[in-house]
Amino acid sequence: MDTRILTNAPYDVEKVRQDFPILTRLVHEKPGRPGKPLVYLDNAASAQKPRAVIDAMANFMAHDYSNVHRGVHYLSQVATNLYEATRVKTATFLNAPSPDTIVFTRSATEAFNLVASSWGGTHLKAGDEIILSVMEHHANIVPWQLLRSRTGIVIKVAPVLDDGTLDLDALARLLESPKVKLVSITHGSNVLGTVTPAAEIARMAHAAGAKVLFDGSQAAVHMPVDVQAIDADFYIMTGHKLYGPTGFGVLYGKAELLESMPPYQGGGDMIQTVTFEETTFREVPHRFEAGTPPIVEGIGFGAAIDYVTALGMGAIHAHEQRLLAYATEKLQAIPGLRIIGTSPTKAAILSFTIEGVHPHDIGTLVDRAGVAVRVGRHCAEPLMDRFGVGATARASFALYNTEAEADALVDAVRAVREFFN
Amino acid sequence: MFDDLRDLYQEVILDHGKHPRNFGKPEAFNRMARGENPLCGDKINVYLTIGPDGLVNDAHFDGRGCAISQASASLMTETLKGKTEAEAEALFGHFHDMCTKDDHEHTDHGHLDPEAVEKLDVLSGVREFPMRVKCATLAWHTMHAALEGDEKTTTE
Repeated sequence: MDTRILTNAPYDVEKVRQDFPILTRLVHEKPGRPGKPLVYLDNAASAQKPRAVIDAMANFMAHDYSNVHRGVHYLSQVATNLYEATRVKTATFLNAPSPDTIVFTRSATEAFNLVASSWGGTHLKAGDEIILSVMEHHANIVPWQLLRSRTGIVIKVAPVLDDGTLDLDALARLLESPKVKLVSITHGSNVLGTVTPAAEIARMAHAAGAKVLFDGSQAAVHMPVDVQAIDADFYIMTGHKLYGPTGFGVLYGKAELLESMPPYQGGGDMIQTVTFEETTFREVPHRFEAGTPPIVEGIGFGAAIDYVTALGMGAIHAHEQRLLAYATEKLQAIPGLRIIGTSPTKAAILSFTIEGVHPHDIGTLVDRAGVAVRVGRHCAEPLMDRFGVGATARASFALYNTEAEADALVDAVRAVREFFN
Repeated sequence: MFDDLRDLYQEVILDHGKHPRNFGKPEAFNRMARGENPLCGDKINVYLTIGPDGLVNDAHFDGRGCAISQASASLMTETLKGKTEAEAEALFGHFHDMCTKDDHEHTDHGHLDPEAVEKLDVLSGVREFPMRVKCATLAWHTMHAALEGDEKTTTE
Protein backbone atom coordinates (compact mmCIF):
# COMPACT_ATOMS: atom_id res chain seq x y z
CA MET A 1 0.00 0.00 0.00
CA ASP A 2 1.29 3.41 -0.91
CA THR A 3 1.58 5.33 2.32
CA ARG A 4 1.16 8.61 0.47
CA ILE A 5 -2.55 8.02 0.12
CA LEU A 6 -3.08 7.56 3.85
CA THR A 7 -4.05 10.73 5.62
CA ASN A 8 -5.76 11.50 8.88
CA ALA A 9 -5.84 15.28 8.85
CA PRO A 10 -9.16 16.72 7.70
CA TYR A 11 -8.90 18.53 4.38
CA ASP A 12 -9.40 22.24 5.02
CA VAL A 13 -10.24 23.65 1.61
CA GLU A 14 -10.77 27.20 2.89
CA LYS A 15 -7.27 27.20 4.28
CA VAL A 16 -5.95 25.73 1.03
CA ARG A 17 -7.63 28.52 -0.94
CA GLN A 18 -5.67 31.13 0.97
CA ASP A 19 -2.53 29.72 -0.65
CA PHE A 20 -3.74 30.80 -4.10
CA PRO A 21 -3.67 34.59 -4.51
CA ILE A 22 -5.71 34.60 -7.73
CA LEU A 23 -8.72 33.01 -6.07
CA THR A 24 -9.63 36.25 -4.30
CA ARG A 25 -9.96 38.28 -7.48
CA LEU A 26 -13.15 39.35 -9.15
CA VAL A 27 -13.90 39.07 -12.86
CA HIS A 28 -15.97 41.24 -15.21
CA GLU A 29 -15.57 44.34 -13.07
CA LYS A 30 -16.71 47.57 -14.70
CA PRO A 31 -17.39 51.03 -13.35
CA GLY A 32 -20.78 50.86 -11.69
CA ARG A 33 -20.90 47.09 -11.84
CA PRO A 34 -19.47 44.91 -9.12
CA GLY A 35 -17.35 42.03 -10.29
CA LYS A 36 -18.14 38.38 -9.78
CA PRO A 37 -15.97 36.14 -7.62
CA LEU A 38 -13.85 33.91 -9.82
CA VAL A 39 -15.09 30.31 -9.94
CA TYR A 40 -12.20 28.66 -11.72
CA LEU A 41 -13.24 25.31 -13.19
CA ASP A 42 -10.83 25.16 -16.11
CA ASN A 43 -8.16 23.28 -14.23
CA ALA A 44 -7.78 20.52 -16.79
CA ALA A 45 -6.53 23.18 -19.20
CA SER A 46 -4.20 24.70 -16.64
CA ALA A 47 -4.28 25.05 -12.86
CA GLN A 48 -3.71 28.17 -10.76
CA LYS A 49 -0.51 28.65 -8.79
CA PRO A 50 -0.01 28.66 -5.04
CA ARG A 51 2.03 31.40 -3.37
CA ALA A 52 4.72 28.79 -2.66
CA VAL A 53 5.35 28.31 -6.39
CA ILE A 54 5.21 32.02 -7.21
CA ASP A 55 7.60 32.83 -4.36
CA ALA A 56 10.00 30.01 -5.15
CA MET A 57 10.43 31.25 -8.71
CA ALA A 58 10.74 34.90 -7.68
CA ASN A 59 13.16 34.11 -4.87
CA PHE A 60 15.25 31.94 -7.13
CA MET A 61 15.57 34.74 -9.66
CA ALA A 62 16.22 37.31 -6.92
CA HIS A 63 18.84 35.33 -5.00
CA ASP A 64 20.07 32.12 -6.61
CA TYR A 65 19.79 32.49 -10.36
CA SER A 66 22.47 31.30 -12.74
CA ASN A 67 22.77 28.89 -15.62
CA VAL A 68 23.12 25.27 -14.56
CA HIS A 69 25.41 22.28 -15.19
CA ARG A 70 28.38 24.16 -16.59
CA GLY A 71 29.79 26.92 -14.44
CA VAL A 72 32.42 26.55 -11.75
CA HIS A 73 31.28 29.64 -9.93
CA TYR A 74 29.31 29.69 -6.73
CA LEU A 75 25.86 30.54 -8.08
CA SER A 76 26.16 28.00 -10.86
CA GLN A 77 26.53 25.32 -8.23
CA VAL A 78 23.68 26.71 -6.13
CA ALA A 79 21.36 26.85 -9.13
CA THR A 80 22.40 23.39 -10.32
CA ASN A 81 21.73 21.89 -6.90
CA LEU A 82 18.29 23.50 -6.71
CA TYR A 83 17.39 22.49 -10.25
CA GLU A 84 18.57 18.91 -9.81
CA ALA A 85 16.69 18.71 -6.51
CA THR A 86 13.53 18.94 -8.60
CA ARG A 87 14.58 15.78 -10.40
CA VAL A 88 14.82 13.96 -7.08
CA LYS A 89 11.44 15.34 -6.00
CA THR A 90 9.89 14.28 -9.30
CA ALA A 91 11.27 10.77 -8.96
CA THR A 92 9.82 10.54 -5.44
CA PHE A 93 6.51 11.97 -6.63
CA LEU A 94 6.14 9.27 -9.29
CA ASN A 95 7.93 6.65 -7.20
CA ALA A 96 10.48 6.24 -9.97
CA PRO A 97 13.44 4.00 -9.06
CA SER A 98 16.02 6.73 -9.68
CA PRO A 99 16.25 10.44 -10.56
CA ASP A 100 18.18 9.33 -13.64
CA THR A 101 14.95 7.94 -15.07
CA ILE A 102 13.41 11.43 -15.06
CA VAL A 103 13.87 13.51 -18.21
CA PHE A 104 12.81 17.15 -18.12
CA THR A 105 11.11 18.59 -21.19
CA ARG A 106 9.45 21.88 -21.97
CA SER A 107 5.97 20.35 -22.01
CA ALA A 108 4.16 17.04 -22.03
CA THR A 109 3.77 17.55 -25.76
CA GLU A 110 7.54 17.71 -26.16
CA ALA A 111 7.86 14.51 -24.13
CA PHE A 112 5.55 12.69 -26.57
CA ASN A 113 7.55 13.99 -29.50
CA LEU A 114 10.74 12.89 -27.78
CA VAL A 115 9.54 9.31 -27.33
CA ALA A 116 8.03 9.12 -30.81
CA SER A 117 11.12 10.53 -32.45
CA SER A 118 13.90 8.97 -30.37
CA TRP A 119 12.46 5.64 -29.25
CA GLY A 120 9.95 5.24 -32.07
CA GLY A 121 12.41 6.40 -34.70
CA THR A 122 14.92 3.70 -33.77
CA HIS A 123 12.80 0.85 -32.40
CA LEU A 124 9.88 0.86 -34.84
CA LYS A 125 9.94 -0.04 -38.49
CA ALA A 126 7.45 -0.10 -41.34
CA GLY A 127 4.49 -2.33 -40.52
CA ASP A 128 5.02 -2.25 -36.76
CA GLU A 129 1.84 -1.41 -34.90
CA ILE A 130 1.20 0.96 -32.06
CA ILE A 131 -2.08 1.17 -30.20
CA LEU A 132 -3.62 4.48 -29.08
CA SER A 133 -7.11 4.96 -27.69
CA VAL A 134 -9.91 7.03 -29.12
CA MET A 135 -9.79 9.34 -26.10
CA GLU A 136 -6.23 10.53 -26.64
CA HIS A 137 -5.28 14.17 -26.60
CA HIS A 138 -3.89 15.34 -29.93
CA ALA A 139 -0.44 15.39 -28.28
CA ASN A 140 -0.60 11.59 -28.15
CA ILE A 141 -1.86 11.27 -31.72
CA VAL A 142 -0.05 13.69 -33.96
CA PRO A 143 3.57 12.82 -33.02
CA TRP A 144 2.81 9.21 -33.97
CA GLN A 145 1.28 10.31 -37.24
CA LEU A 146 4.43 12.28 -37.99
CA LEU A 147 6.44 9.15 -37.21
CA ARG A 148 4.10 7.11 -39.40
CA SER A 149 4.77 9.37 -42.37
CA ARG A 150 8.53 8.90 -41.84
CA THR A 151 8.66 5.17 -41.09
CA GLY A 152 5.41 3.53 -42.18
CA ILE A 153 4.27 2.34 -38.75
CA VAL A 154 0.61 1.42 -38.35
CA ILE A 155 -1.62 3.18 -35.81
CA LYS A 156 -4.47 1.17 -34.28
CA VAL A 157 -7.12 2.72 -32.07
CA ALA A 158 -8.66 1.12 -29.00
CA PRO A 159 -12.29 2.19 -28.53
CA VAL A 160 -14.17 3.20 -25.41
CA LEU A 161 -17.51 1.93 -24.15
CA ASP A 162 -20.52 4.22 -24.05
CA ASP A 163 -19.74 5.33 -20.50
CA GLY A 164 -16.24 6.33 -21.54
CA THR A 165 -14.49 3.33 -20.03
CA LEU A 166 -11.63 1.93 -22.09
CA ASP A 167 -12.80 -1.17 -23.96
CA LEU A 168 -10.31 -3.71 -22.57
CA ASP A 169 -11.73 -6.56 -24.64
CA ALA A 170 -11.11 -4.62 -27.81
CA LEU A 171 -7.63 -3.71 -26.58
CA ALA A 172 -6.94 -7.42 -25.97
CA ARG A 173 -8.01 -8.21 -29.54
CA LEU A 174 -5.73 -5.51 -30.93
CA LEU A 175 -2.88 -6.96 -28.86
CA GLU A 176 -3.32 -10.34 -30.53
CA SER A 177 -1.34 -9.00 -33.47
CA PRO A 178 2.33 -9.92 -33.10
CA LYS A 179 3.28 -6.63 -34.72
CA VAL A 180 2.23 -4.45 -31.78
CA LYS A 181 5.29 -2.76 -30.27
CA LEU A 182 3.74 -0.02 -28.15
CA VAL A 183 0.54 0.85 -26.36
CA SER A 184 0.41 4.62 -25.83
CA ILE A 185 -2.65 5.51 -23.87
CA THR A 186 -3.98 8.06 -21.45
CA HIS A 187 -3.98 7.40 -17.73
CA GLY A 188 -6.79 9.93 -17.39
CA SER A 189 -8.90 11.45 -20.15
CA ASN A 190 -8.93 15.23 -20.33
CA VAL A 191 -12.49 15.15 -21.67
CA LEU A 192 -14.23 12.16 -20.11
CA GLY A 193 -12.30 12.10 -16.86
CA THR A 194 -11.94 8.34 -17.32
CA VAL A 195 -9.05 6.91 -15.31
CA THR A 196 -7.73 3.87 -17.13
CA PRO A 197 -6.58 0.69 -15.35
CA ALA A 198 -2.90 1.37 -15.96
CA ALA A 199 -1.49 -1.71 -14.23
CA GLU A 200 -3.89 -3.95 -16.15
CA ILE A 201 -3.08 -2.27 -19.47
CA ALA A 202 0.66 -2.60 -18.79
CA ARG A 203 0.25 -6.29 -17.93
CA MET A 204 -1.68 -6.89 -21.16
CA ALA A 205 0.83 -4.95 -23.25
CA HIS A 206 3.83 -6.67 -21.72
CA ALA A 207 2.27 -10.10 -22.16
CA ALA A 208 1.97 -9.25 -25.84
CA GLY A 209 5.59 -8.14 -25.99
CA ALA A 210 4.75 -4.45 -26.32
CA LYS A 211 5.95 -1.45 -24.35
CA VAL A 212 3.51 0.88 -22.68
CA LEU A 213 3.44 4.66 -22.41
CA PHE A 214 0.94 6.50 -20.22
CA ASP A 215 -0.18 10.07 -20.66
CA GLY A 216 -0.40 11.24 -17.06
CA SER A 217 -1.06 14.90 -17.89
CA GLN A 218 -4.41 14.67 -16.11
CA ALA A 219 -4.12 11.60 -13.88
CA ALA A 220 -0.95 12.65 -12.09
CA VAL A 221 -2.56 15.83 -10.79
CA HIS A 222 -5.64 14.10 -9.41
CA MET A 223 -4.29 10.99 -7.68
CA PRO A 224 -1.12 9.30 -6.41
CA VAL A 225 0.88 7.70 -9.23
CA ASP A 226 3.43 4.92 -8.79
CA VAL A 227 5.17 4.19 -12.08
CA GLN A 228 6.75 1.03 -10.68
CA ALA A 229 3.48 -0.35 -9.32
CA ILE A 230 1.76 0.11 -12.67
CA ASP A 231 4.94 -1.06 -14.46
CA ALA A 232 4.95 1.83 -16.95
CA ASP A 233 7.73 1.85 -19.52
CA PHE A 234 7.17 5.55 -20.12
CA TYR A 235 5.07 8.01 -18.15
CA ILE A 236 4.52 11.62 -19.17
CA MET A 237 3.21 14.51 -17.12
CA THR A 238 3.16 18.28 -17.26
CA GLY A 239 3.98 20.97 -14.72
CA HIS A 240 1.34 23.62 -15.30
CA LYS A 241 -1.58 21.34 -14.53
CA LEU A 242 0.09 20.37 -11.23
CA TYR A 243 -0.05 23.98 -9.98
CA GLY A 244 3.44 24.64 -11.37
CA PRO A 245 4.58 26.98 -14.14
CA THR A 246 4.12 26.54 -17.87
CA GLY A 247 7.08 25.43 -19.94
CA PHE A 248 7.93 22.34 -17.94
CA GLY A 249 7.17 18.69 -18.66
CA VAL A 250 8.35 15.34 -17.39
CA LEU A 251 9.18 12.08 -19.11
CA TYR A 252 9.78 9.03 -16.94
CA GLY A 253 11.36 6.12 -18.75
CA LYS A 254 12.73 2.80 -17.60
CA ALA A 255 16.52 3.06 -17.44
CA GLU A 256 17.21 0.40 -20.05
CA LEU A 257 14.80 2.06 -22.48
CA LEU A 258 16.29 5.50 -22.05
CA GLU A 259 19.76 4.00 -22.45
CA SER A 260 18.71 2.49 -25.76
CA MET A 261 17.54 5.81 -27.19
CA PRO A 262 19.55 8.33 -29.22
CA PRO A 263 19.40 12.05 -28.42
CA TYR A 264 16.21 13.87 -29.39
CA GLN A 265 17.70 17.29 -30.02
CA GLY A 266 21.30 18.35 -30.32
CA GLY A 267 22.93 21.29 -28.62
CA GLY A 268 24.75 22.35 -25.51
CA ASP A 269 24.43 20.59 -22.16
CA MET A 270 23.68 17.18 -23.72
CA ILE A 271 27.23 16.51 -24.98
CA GLN A 272 30.45 15.16 -23.53
CA THR A 273 32.86 16.29 -26.21
CA VAL A 274 32.30 17.97 -29.52
CA THR A 275 34.61 18.08 -32.50
CA PHE A 276 33.57 18.69 -36.06
CA GLU A 277 34.36 15.05 -36.75
CA GLU A 278 32.50 13.48 -33.88
CA THR A 279 30.45 14.26 -30.80
CA THR A 280 29.87 12.07 -27.79
CA PHE A 281 26.78 12.48 -25.70
CA ARG A 282 26.23 12.74 -22.00
CA GLU A 283 24.63 10.05 -19.93
CA VAL A 284 20.87 9.62 -19.45
CA PRO A 285 18.84 11.73 -18.70
CA HIS A 286 20.99 14.70 -19.73
CA ARG A 287 21.40 13.27 -23.22
CA PHE A 288 17.78 14.30 -23.85
CA GLU A 289 18.06 17.80 -22.46
CA ALA A 290 19.71 19.95 -25.10
CA GLY A 291 20.31 23.61 -24.46
CA THR A 292 19.74 25.73 -21.39
CA PRO A 293 16.80 24.06 -19.68
CA PRO A 294 13.75 25.84 -18.25
CA ILE A 295 15.59 26.49 -15.00
CA VAL A 296 13.19 28.87 -13.26
CA GLU A 297 10.28 26.68 -14.30
CA GLY A 298 12.08 23.67 -12.85
CA ILE A 299 12.42 25.46 -9.52
CA GLY A 300 8.71 26.30 -9.63
CA PHE A 301 7.79 22.74 -10.51
CA GLY A 302 9.81 21.47 -7.56
CA ALA A 303 7.91 23.85 -5.29
CA ALA A 304 4.63 22.61 -6.76
CA ILE A 305 5.55 19.02 -5.96
CA ASP A 306 6.46 20.04 -2.42
CA TYR A 307 3.11 21.80 -2.13
CA VAL A 308 0.88 18.94 -3.27
CA THR A 309 2.98 16.41 -1.38
CA ALA A 310 2.47 18.34 1.84
CA LEU A 311 -1.28 18.29 1.27
CA GLY A 312 -1.08 14.65 0.24
CA MET A 313 -2.09 13.38 -3.20
CA GLY A 314 -4.41 10.93 -1.46
CA ALA A 315 -6.15 13.72 0.41
CA ILE A 316 -6.39 15.80 -2.77
CA HIS A 317 -7.88 12.82 -4.58
CA ALA A 318 -10.44 12.24 -1.84
CA HIS A 319 -11.44 15.91 -1.81
CA GLU A 320 -11.86 16.04 -5.58
CA GLN A 321 -13.83 12.79 -5.61
CA ARG A 322 -16.29 14.30 -3.14
CA LEU A 323 -16.65 17.33 -5.39
CA LEU A 324 -17.08 15.13 -8.47
CA ALA A 325 -19.86 13.12 -6.86
CA TYR A 326 -21.57 16.27 -5.62
CA ALA A 327 -21.38 18.14 -8.94
CA THR A 328 -22.33 15.08 -10.98
CA GLU A 329 -25.52 14.56 -8.98
CA LYS A 330 -26.53 18.22 -9.25
CA LEU A 331 -25.77 18.52 -12.96
CA GLN A 332 -27.54 15.27 -13.79
CA ALA A 333 -30.72 16.67 -12.29
CA ILE A 334 -30.86 19.40 -14.95
CA PRO A 335 -33.25 18.41 -17.75
CA GLY A 336 -31.61 18.15 -21.16
CA LEU A 337 -28.12 17.99 -19.72
CA ARG A 338 -25.97 15.08 -20.86
CA ILE A 339 -22.74 14.18 -19.14
CA ILE A 340 -20.19 12.76 -21.57
CA GLY A 341 -18.08 10.25 -19.64
CA THR A 342 -19.61 8.39 -16.73
CA SER A 343 -16.97 5.77 -16.08
CA PRO A 344 -16.98 4.38 -12.52
CA THR A 345 -13.32 5.37 -12.26
CA LYS A 346 -13.08 9.06 -13.01
CA ALA A 347 -11.00 12.09 -12.19
CA ALA A 348 -12.91 15.25 -11.31
CA ILE A 349 -13.64 16.29 -14.88
CA LEU A 350 -17.19 16.83 -16.12
CA SER A 351 -17.88 17.24 -19.82
CA PHE A 352 -21.45 17.98 -20.73
CA THR A 353 -23.82 19.22 -23.37
CA ILE A 354 -27.22 20.85 -23.03
CA GLU A 355 -29.91 20.01 -25.52
CA GLY A 356 -30.51 22.93 -27.85
CA VAL A 357 -27.64 25.06 -26.55
CA HIS A 358 -24.24 25.12 -28.18
CA PRO A 359 -21.27 24.72 -25.77
CA HIS A 360 -19.84 28.04 -26.94
CA ASP A 361 -22.97 29.81 -25.80
CA ILE A 362 -22.81 27.93 -22.49
CA GLY A 363 -19.23 29.10 -22.03
CA THR A 364 -19.96 32.75 -22.74
CA LEU A 365 -22.99 32.78 -20.44
CA VAL A 366 -21.59 30.99 -17.41
CA ASP A 367 -18.49 33.17 -17.70
CA ARG A 368 -20.72 36.16 -16.96
CA ALA A 369 -21.58 34.48 -13.69
CA GLY A 370 -17.85 34.30 -12.99
CA VAL A 371 -17.62 30.59 -13.81
CA ALA A 372 -14.64 29.70 -16.01
CA VAL A 373 -15.13 26.48 -17.98
CA ARG A 374 -13.60 25.23 -21.18
CA VAL A 375 -15.74 24.79 -24.26
CA GLY A 376 -14.82 23.23 -27.55
CA ARG A 377 -13.18 20.05 -28.66
CA HIS A 378 -10.49 19.90 -25.98
CA CYS A 379 -7.75 18.79 -28.40
CA ALA A 380 -9.58 15.47 -28.71
CA GLU A 381 -11.45 15.65 -31.98
CA PRO A 382 -11.74 11.87 -32.56
CA LEU A 383 -13.42 11.56 -29.18
CA MET A 384 -15.98 14.23 -30.09
CA ASP A 385 -16.83 12.18 -33.17
CA ARG A 386 -17.10 9.01 -31.05
CA PHE A 387 -19.79 10.57 -28.90
CA GLY A 388 -21.45 12.37 -31.79
CA VAL A 389 -20.96 15.85 -30.43
CA GLY A 390 -19.25 18.78 -32.12
CA ALA A 391 -18.02 20.13 -28.83
CA THR A 392 -18.70 19.99 -25.12
CA ALA A 393 -18.54 22.27 -22.12
CA ARG A 394 -16.10 21.01 -19.51
CA ALA A 395 -15.86 21.78 -15.83
CA SER A 396 -12.71 20.41 -14.22
CA PHE A 397 -12.04 20.56 -10.49
CA ALA A 398 -8.86 21.11 -8.56
CA LEU A 399 -7.66 20.84 -4.99
CA TYR A 400 -8.95 24.36 -4.18
CA ASN A 401 -12.50 24.04 -5.51
CA THR A 402 -15.49 23.90 -3.20
CA GLU A 403 -19.05 22.61 -3.15
CA ALA A 404 -20.21 26.23 -3.22
CA GLU A 405 -18.36 26.62 -6.54
CA ALA A 406 -20.04 23.49 -7.87
CA ASP A 407 -23.33 25.12 -6.87
CA ALA A 408 -22.35 28.28 -8.73
CA LEU A 409 -21.72 26.19 -11.84
CA VAL A 410 -25.04 24.40 -11.49
CA ASP A 411 -26.97 27.65 -10.94
CA ALA A 412 -25.31 29.22 -13.97
CA VAL A 413 -26.05 26.20 -16.15
CA ARG A 414 -29.69 26.22 -15.05
CA ALA A 415 -29.88 29.90 -15.95
CA VAL A 416 -28.39 29.13 -19.37
CA ARG A 417 -31.20 26.72 -20.07
CA GLU A 418 -33.79 29.29 -19.08
CA PHE A 419 -32.08 31.96 -21.17
CA PHE A 420 -32.37 29.88 -24.31
CA ASN A 421 -35.89 28.63 -23.65
CA MET B 1 -27.92 36.58 -14.05
CA PHE B 2 -27.17 37.40 -17.69
CA ASP B 3 -28.79 40.84 -18.10
CA ASP B 4 -25.69 42.43 -19.55
CA LEU B 5 -25.49 39.71 -22.18
CA ARG B 6 -28.66 40.97 -23.86
CA ASP B 7 -26.49 43.20 -26.05
CA LEU B 8 -24.92 40.08 -27.49
CA TYR B 9 -27.90 37.76 -27.40
CA GLN B 10 -30.68 40.03 -28.61
CA GLU B 11 -34.13 38.56 -29.13
CA VAL B 12 -33.66 38.61 -32.91
CA ILE B 13 -30.50 36.56 -32.52
CA LEU B 14 -32.10 34.05 -30.18
CA ASP B 15 -34.98 33.73 -32.63
CA HIS B 16 -32.76 33.23 -35.69
CA GLY B 17 -30.49 30.93 -33.68
CA LYS B 18 -33.39 28.73 -32.73
CA HIS B 19 -35.29 28.99 -36.01
CA PRO B 20 -32.74 29.71 -38.71
CA ARG B 21 -34.15 30.92 -42.04
CA ASN B 22 -33.06 29.45 -45.38
CA PHE B 23 -31.67 26.43 -43.55
CA GLY B 24 -30.92 23.27 -45.49
CA LYS B 25 -29.29 22.30 -48.75
CA PRO B 26 -31.38 23.52 -51.70
CA GLU B 27 -32.03 21.32 -54.71
CA ALA B 28 -30.32 23.74 -57.05
CA PHE B 29 -27.41 26.10 -56.51
CA ASN B 30 -24.35 27.08 -58.51
CA ARG B 31 -21.89 28.25 -55.85
CA MET B 32 -21.10 26.62 -52.55
CA ALA B 33 -18.38 26.59 -49.94
CA ARG B 34 -17.75 24.84 -46.68
CA GLY B 35 -16.53 26.82 -43.70
CA GLU B 36 -15.09 25.58 -40.47
CA ASN B 37 -14.09 27.13 -37.18
CA PRO B 38 -11.58 24.65 -35.74
CA LEU B 39 -11.68 26.33 -32.35
CA CYS B 40 -15.24 25.33 -31.57
CA GLY B 41 -15.93 22.69 -34.20
CA ASP B 42 -18.55 24.73 -36.00
CA LYS B 43 -19.09 23.68 -39.59
CA ILE B 44 -21.23 25.44 -42.13
CA ASN B 45 -22.10 25.11 -45.80
CA VAL B 46 -23.27 28.10 -47.79
CA TYR B 47 -25.18 27.56 -51.04
CA LEU B 48 -25.71 30.40 -53.49
CA THR B 49 -27.64 30.66 -56.71
CA ILE B 50 -26.30 33.41 -58.93
CA GLY B 51 -28.65 34.30 -61.77
CA PRO B 52 -27.66 35.15 -65.33
CA ASP B 53 -28.12 38.79 -64.39
CA GLY B 54 -25.33 38.39 -61.79
CA LEU B 55 -27.67 38.77 -58.82
CA VAL B 56 -27.81 36.46 -55.84
CA ASN B 57 -31.18 34.85 -56.50
CA ASP B 58 -31.07 32.52 -53.57
CA ALA B 59 -28.93 31.82 -50.51
CA HIS B 60 -29.11 28.89 -48.11
CA PHE B 61 -26.94 27.36 -45.45
CA ASP B 62 -26.71 24.29 -43.28
CA GLY B 63 -24.39 23.00 -40.59
CA ARG B 64 -24.14 23.32 -36.87
CA GLY B 65 -22.90 25.97 -34.57
CA CYS B 66 -23.63 28.24 -31.67
CA ALA B 67 -26.54 30.65 -31.49
CA ILE B 68 -24.35 33.48 -32.76
CA SER B 69 -23.06 31.63 -35.81
CA GLN B 70 -26.46 30.18 -36.72
CA ALA B 71 -28.20 33.53 -36.33
CA SER B 72 -25.49 35.29 -38.30
CA ALA B 73 -25.77 32.77 -41.14
CA SER B 74 -29.54 33.03 -41.13
CA LEU B 75 -29.53 36.84 -41.23
CA MET B 76 -26.86 36.78 -43.92
CA THR B 77 -28.91 34.62 -46.27
CA GLU B 78 -31.83 37.02 -45.84
CA THR B 79 -29.77 40.08 -46.67
CA LEU B 80 -27.98 38.56 -49.66
CA LYS B 81 -30.97 37.90 -51.86
CA GLY B 82 -31.22 40.30 -54.77
CA LYS B 83 -27.73 41.71 -54.30
CA THR B 84 -25.01 41.83 -56.89
CA GLU B 85 -21.81 40.00 -56.07
CA ALA B 86 -20.13 43.37 -55.48
CA GLU B 87 -22.90 44.38 -53.07
CA ALA B 88 -22.61 41.06 -51.25
CA GLU B 89 -18.86 41.56 -50.86
CA ALA B 90 -19.44 45.11 -49.68
CA LEU B 91 -21.81 43.83 -47.00
CA PHE B 92 -19.19 41.29 -45.95
CA GLY B 93 -16.63 44.07 -45.60
CA HIS B 94 -19.04 46.18 -43.61
CA PHE B 95 -20.08 43.28 -41.40
CA HIS B 96 -16.47 42.41 -40.67
CA ASP B 97 -15.74 46.02 -39.73
CA MET B 98 -18.84 46.13 -37.55
CA CYS B 99 -17.69 43.08 -35.59
CA THR B 100 -14.06 44.11 -35.19
CA LYS B 101 -13.68 47.90 -35.38
CA ASP B 102 -15.01 51.10 -33.85
CA ASP B 103 -17.32 53.14 -36.09
CA HIS B 104 -14.69 55.72 -37.05
CA GLU B 105 -12.32 52.96 -38.20
CA HIS B 106 -14.71 51.51 -40.76
CA THR B 107 -13.41 51.55 -44.31
CA ASP B 108 -15.45 52.48 -47.37
CA HIS B 109 -16.80 49.32 -48.96
CA GLY B 110 -18.84 51.03 -51.66
CA HIS B 111 -22.60 51.07 -51.84
CA LEU B 112 -24.33 49.39 -48.91
CA ASP B 113 -28.01 48.55 -48.79
CA PRO B 114 -29.23 50.55 -45.74
CA GLU B 115 -31.94 48.00 -44.99
CA ALA B 116 -29.41 45.18 -44.87
CA VAL B 117 -27.07 47.24 -42.72
CA GLU B 118 -29.85 47.87 -40.24
CA LYS B 119 -30.80 44.23 -40.14
CA LEU B 120 -27.23 43.11 -39.49
CA ASP B 121 -26.77 45.66 -36.74
CA VAL B 122 -28.26 43.25 -34.15
CA LEU B 123 -24.95 41.40 -34.30
CA SER B 124 -22.81 44.43 -33.51
CA GLY B 125 -22.71 43.29 -29.87
CA VAL B 126 -20.04 40.71 -30.68
CA ARG B 127 -17.62 43.64 -30.92
CA GLU B 128 -17.41 43.42 -27.12
CA PHE B 129 -16.69 39.68 -27.24
CA PRO B 130 -13.45 39.18 -29.19
CA MET B 131 -13.57 35.41 -28.65
CA ARG B 132 -16.94 35.27 -30.39
CA VAL B 133 -16.21 37.38 -33.47
CA LYS B 134 -15.29 34.26 -35.44
CA CYS B 135 -18.68 32.77 -34.64
CA ALA B 136 -20.39 35.74 -36.25
CA THR B 137 -18.12 36.02 -39.27
CA LEU B 138 -17.87 32.32 -40.19
CA ALA B 139 -20.91 32.40 -42.50
CA TRP B 140 -19.67 35.54 -44.24
CA HIS B 141 -16.19 34.15 -44.80
CA THR B 142 -17.82 31.06 -46.25
CA MET B 143 -20.09 33.12 -48.48
CA HIS B 144 -17.04 35.06 -49.67
CA ALA B 145 -15.25 31.79 -50.44
CA ALA B 146 -18.27 30.57 -52.39
CA LEU B 147 -18.24 33.73 -54.52
CA GLU B 148 -14.51 33.36 -55.05
CA GLY B 149 -14.90 29.72 -56.00
CA ASP B 150 -12.97 28.32 -53.01
CA GLU B 151 -14.86 25.35 -51.74
CA LYS B 152 -13.26 25.26 -48.31
CA THR B 153 -12.53 28.02 -45.89
CA THR B 154 -11.77 28.49 -42.27
CA THR B 155 -11.92 31.30 -39.76
CA GLU B 156 -8.65 30.25 -38.16
